[in-house]
Amino acid sequence: MKRLSEERAKILFEKLAKFIGPNVKQLIDRPDGTYCFREHRDRVYYVSEKILKLAETFNPNQLVCVGTCFGKFTKSNKLKLHITALTYLAPYAQYKIWVKPSFEQQFLYGNHVPKSGLGRITENTPQYAGTVVYSMSDMPLGFGVAARSTADCKLADPLATVCFHQADIGEYIRSEDTLF
Amino acid sequence: MGRKANFAEKQKKGPGRKTKKQKPPSFPAHIAGGPESETKLSHRQKQRLLKRKEKQQKLVSKKKVKQNEIPPSDDEVSADNMSDDHDQSDDASSTEDNQAPNKLFDMSDEESEDEMLEVEKANIELKKKQKRETEEDEEAEEDDEEDGGEDNREALQISFQDNDKELTLQDVQQRIKDILLVLNDFKRLRQENISRAEYVAQLRKDLCLYYSYDEFLMSKLMDIFSLSELMEFLEASEVQRPVTIRTNTLKVRRRDLASALINRGVNLDPLGKWTKVGLVVYSSQVPLGATPEYLAGHYMIQGASSLLPVIALAPQEHERILDMCAAPGGKSSHIAALMKNTGTLFSNDVNRDRLKAVVANFHRLGVNNAIVSCEKGEKLKSIISGFDRVLLDGPCTGTGVISKDPTVKTSKSDVDIQRCYNLQRKLILTAIDCLDANSTTGGYLVYSTCSVLPEENEWVIDYALKKRNVKLVPTGLDFGEEGFIKYKQLRFHPSLKLTRRFYPHTHNMDGFFVAKLKKFSNAIPVGVDDEEEEEQEPEVQETNSINETSKKKKRANHDSSNEVQKKKFKKNEEINGEIIKKVKKDVGANTKPSQQKLVASDSTTNGVLKKKVMKNKDVTKKLKQKNIKAVGSETNEVKKKKQIKKNNDGGIEGNKTTGKSADANSKINQKKLKKNGDARSNVNKKKLKMKKGPLLKKVATIDH
Repeated sequence: MKRLSEERAKILFEKLAKFIGPNVKQLIDRPDGTYCFREHRDRVYYVSEKILKLAETFNPNQLVCVGTCFGKFTKSNKLKLHITALTYLAPYAQYKIWVKPSFEQQFLYGNHVPKSGLGRITENTPQYAGTVVYSMSDMPLGFGVAARSTADCKLADPLATVCFHQADIGEYIRSEDTLF
Repeated sequence: MGRKANFAEKQKKGPGRKTKKQKPPSFPAHIAGGPESETKLSHRQKQRLLKRKEKQQKLVSKKKVKQNEIPPSDDEVSADNMSDDHDQSDDASSTEDNQAPNKLFDMSDEESEDEMLEVEKANIELKKKQKRETEEDEEAEEDDEEDGGEDNREALQISFQDNDKELTLQDVQQRIKDILLVLNDFKRLRQENISRAEYVAQLRKDLCLYYSYDEFLMSKLMDIFSLSELMEFLEASEVQRPVTIRTNTLKVRRRDLASALINRGVNLDPLGKWTKVGLVVYSSQVPLGATPEYLAGHYMIQGASSLLPVIALAPQEHERILDMCAAPGGKSSHIAALMKNTGTLFSNDVNRDRLKAVVANFHRLGVNNAIVSCEKGEKLKSIISGFDRVLLDGPCTGTGVISKDPTVKTSKSDVDIQRCYNLQRKLILTAIDCLDANSTTGGYLVYSTCSVLPEENEWVIDYALKKRNVKLVPTGLDFGEEGFIKYKQLRFHPSLKLTRRFYPHTHNMDGFFVAKLKKFSNAIPVGVDDEEEEEQEPEVQETNSINETSKKKKRANHDSSNEVQKKKFKKNEEINGEIIKKVKKDVGANTKPSQQKLVASDSTTNGVLKKKVMKNKDVTKKLKQKNIKAVGSETNEVKKKKQIKKNNDGGIEGNKTTGKSADANSKINQKKLKKNGDARSNVNKKKLKMKKGPLLKKVATIDH
């Protein structure tokens, strides 16, 4: 468990800002105690300081996970957000996409969202903005990147991709071994 | 977590598609037979039938007359066959006596008989004879059966044969039923010459065969359950328990989850009044481990029994709680849910691979107050302590979940159980040490296993009660059966009644054991704790009968281990002594006449003897070293060393004194020594146990 370097912290916050914008602040300044980001084996964990203190009693080699894992830094020093970050991305998300019930299962198998699967979309979503994908019953399913702006979506043909898939909750099963 | 299991099993209903097209086959009357063919006789046919019958009757009456004339005996029949002409004349006379209209027919009959060869006639006779014999046999058998029926009222006849090849499963089942019947009313139904033990042994054998258990586990189960309960348990262990799910209260309410799942075609119901989060699933059209609700962390698939220890633990908010054996995270996440993600939850497990499932489940269910670590349970005490509550769902033999994992039926042995409860004892002591007795809200430990064996349950708790300042408190579960306070020769603390046992046949959940302990003092009782002895304990118990108190046990075991070492030692000494004795004897026999002539000894033969004795010395030295390690009492060692030295010296001296006369016997001595040497080595290998008293005497006599 070590602090993030300046560079990595910057990468992390830029990435988070894509999805939740200025709400990043709310992750840091919380009324119920101080929370912080820590790095452990190239993975970023978001954890309360109280828990962090207790976790430091363990040998780092024997420590598997503390708090919530947000993502992983790749060898080329890019951050790949994991689906586990969804718990914190979903409540603060700026741009949202709702998929039709018929397309729910498709999305959970890792497919991009086409226009035909699109149920609703936030009004002023720009192109390539980070979006959180919900089911029609407001259950967060994953997140991705908007392939088109809201205005373009209206004109697009049914098979055109609206949202590029980045992570979905099906990964808990599909890639349980590589995720953690 | 059963995500890969196929929960949507469809059973075939009805006879199938093709059967509807085909009608049942109909047969013409003459093939089908039955009463219709008889009624359809024409008038003439009936008349002919009557005539035929008349004829036959006459024929029979005629034959009877013949039989009166010649009484049938085997000798005479053979004589008849020998002399054909006599037979013929006799027949002729009999036909003359009969009525005229039948004469022609009769004649033809006789002719046909005449045409028969001797062999054929003999064959007919033989067949008749055989028929008669078989009839007699059948009658006899019927008599026997009637007799057997009469016996049945008094004693149930059960064949105790072991013709396993011929026995079918039905036979075995029938025998099980019979034996159970007998054992339930033993005085009235038993067979005189068969004891209860024999009945029980046979029952055990049959049950093993029928349910494919091994005898060891079956005898364990027979110790725990009464016979009727045992049968129920075995039957219930063959059937899968219903799938149950736990609502994740961090994300969703049970009612919402239930309605969402019903919309997906899942047939479910609340689990019981004792839980507000459990749902039991009867059938499902979708795989329960892959619905969007599951992936979103709205529920967790876990057995009904694994809710119990967490309910017993009753975690409070803002506490520090430890789950020592967390994988795969079902109970741990339940704890986190009850804590509402406050406080700190430590989830530990030894197996790093299984921890992946814990981490995945935590993230999926939205648990973020957890620290997941991979440490040995015993080491946790030195890393962190001062917990408000600890849950120990220890590793066990899994005898309660036979329906889940049928390999348990045959794979467990005494050593496995010992290994388990040895580990459980270590873990429970660590768990208690991790607890903080001064905690304002807690200081509780919940111990649970999915085993039904008292060795892994009550005995472990009993051990903890003796070793640490803990007491049993009610578990907070209003159902379940009370724990044992006695089992075979073991007597447990009476408060063990507060523990709870759950069985597949009574509660329709996996076999489970839950105990809740409260730590009332952080001090460790003086003179109780000794880690090394604890480790030794169960291994030695194999040889030792089990004592009631652990203190006594320890001492006894310690003694016994020393005794074994000593015995080995003594044995060695004894053998050396014997060698010496024999040598002395030989010497005595041969030297008496020539004792005064002490001629210089033959150096070569004595040399060999010396060498062998030296070898013996080496071996004894090795043994001594072992003993030093094990026993550690030096004074004894010194004494023994001296003794052995004496013995060996004596042996050499004895050889020396033989002198020339020993020459002749030296070869014989050599042989004997060899033999003894071999015997000794064998004895050392086998570690034979000899009685202490006589050995001491022998050694003493040898010394003098």
